[in-house]
Amino acid sequence: MSAHNHTEEHHTGLRVYVAVCLALFVLTGITVYTAGFDFGDLNIVIAMVIASIKASIVALYFMHLKFEDRIIWIYALYPLFLLFLLIGFTLMETFTRVPVIK
Amino acid sequence: MSSTAEHAESHAHGHGLGETVTHNAAKFGMWLFLGTEILLFGGLFATYALFRAKYPDLFHESHKELDVTLGATNTIVLIFSSFTMALAVSASQKRNRKWLIILLAVTFICGAAFTVNKYFEYSAKFHHHIFPETNIFFALYFMMTGLHMIHVFVGMGIILALIIMARQGRFAEGRRYTPVEVGGLYWHLVDLIWIYLFPLLYLIG
Repeated sequence: MSAHNHTEEHHTGLRVYVAVCLALFVLTGITVYTAGFDFGDLNIVIAMVIASIKASIVALYFMHLKFEDRIIWIYALYPLFLLFLLIGFTLMETFTRVPVIK
Repeated sequence: MSSTAEHAESHAHGHGLGETVTHNAAKFGMWLFLGTEILLFGGLFATYALFRAKYPDLFHESHKELDVTLGATNTIVLIFSSFTMALAVSASQKRNRKWLIILLAVTFICGAAFTVNKYFEYSAKFHHHIFPETNIFFALYFMMTGLHMIHVFVGMGIILALIIMARQGRFAEGRRYTPVEVGGLYWHLVDLIWIYLFPLLYLIG
C-alpha cells in the first residue's frame, strides 16, 4: 500500500520475481515431501498452511497486492471471510446435529 | 491521435487523470470479479470439506489413484506461467513490445502444456474405468479440476487476445497497458486455485 504516482506503475525488479518463483517451487516440494509422512490430522493443516503461504506470495508479488490501495485489499480479503463462513458453518452445522428423539 | 498530442492533452487535464481513473476502475473491477470466482470454487471447497470429514477413508483410498508426479508437474508449470505473466505485465509497463509478446507466448505455451498433462490424466482415469459417478471423491475431483480447466481455457483465450493486441501495437508508448495487467490478474487466479486443488486432491495424507 505504498504511495503511488500518476501512472500507477510499480516496477518490481526481475530479481524479486525470480526469488518469488523459486520460493513457490521450494514450497511445492515441501508440500509433496511432508505429504509422505503420516502426521494424522496435522497433514491437512500443514498442506493448507503451505498452500496459503504460496497463495499469499502470489497475491502480494505477482498480483501486486503489496502495492495496492486499501480498497483493493478490502475487496481481496472480504471473499475470504465469506469463504470462511461458508466452509466453517457448513462443517459446524453438519457435525453438531443431534438425532431427533421421537 | 499522436502520442505527443495525447500527452499534451493529459497534461491539460491534470496528468492524465481520466486514464488513471480508467486504469484503477478496470483493476478494481477485476478484483471484484476474482472475489466472485473464489466463491464459485468456494461452494465446491465446502462440499469437499464436508464429504472428506464424513468419509476420510474413502478419500484416502481414492486419492491413491491420482498421479502425484503429473499433479506436481502441473503445479510447477502453472507457477512458472504465473511468473512469466508477471514479467509480461512488467514488460508492458516498460513498453517493451518484443519481450511482452515473448513472455505472453511462453505463458500461453505453459497453459497448453498444463492442458496436455490434464488430458493424459483424464484419459488414464477413464481407461481405468474411473468416472465422476465412481464415488464422491472422483465426483469432486472431476468437478473441481474440470471447472479449473475451463478457467485455464478462458485464461489462454485472454492471453491469445493480448498477444494479438500487442502485435497491433496497442500497448505502445503513450497507450494503456491496462488489459495486460487485468488479464494477468485473471491468470494468477487460475494459479491460485490450483495451489489449493493440488494438495487437496493429490496429497491426502
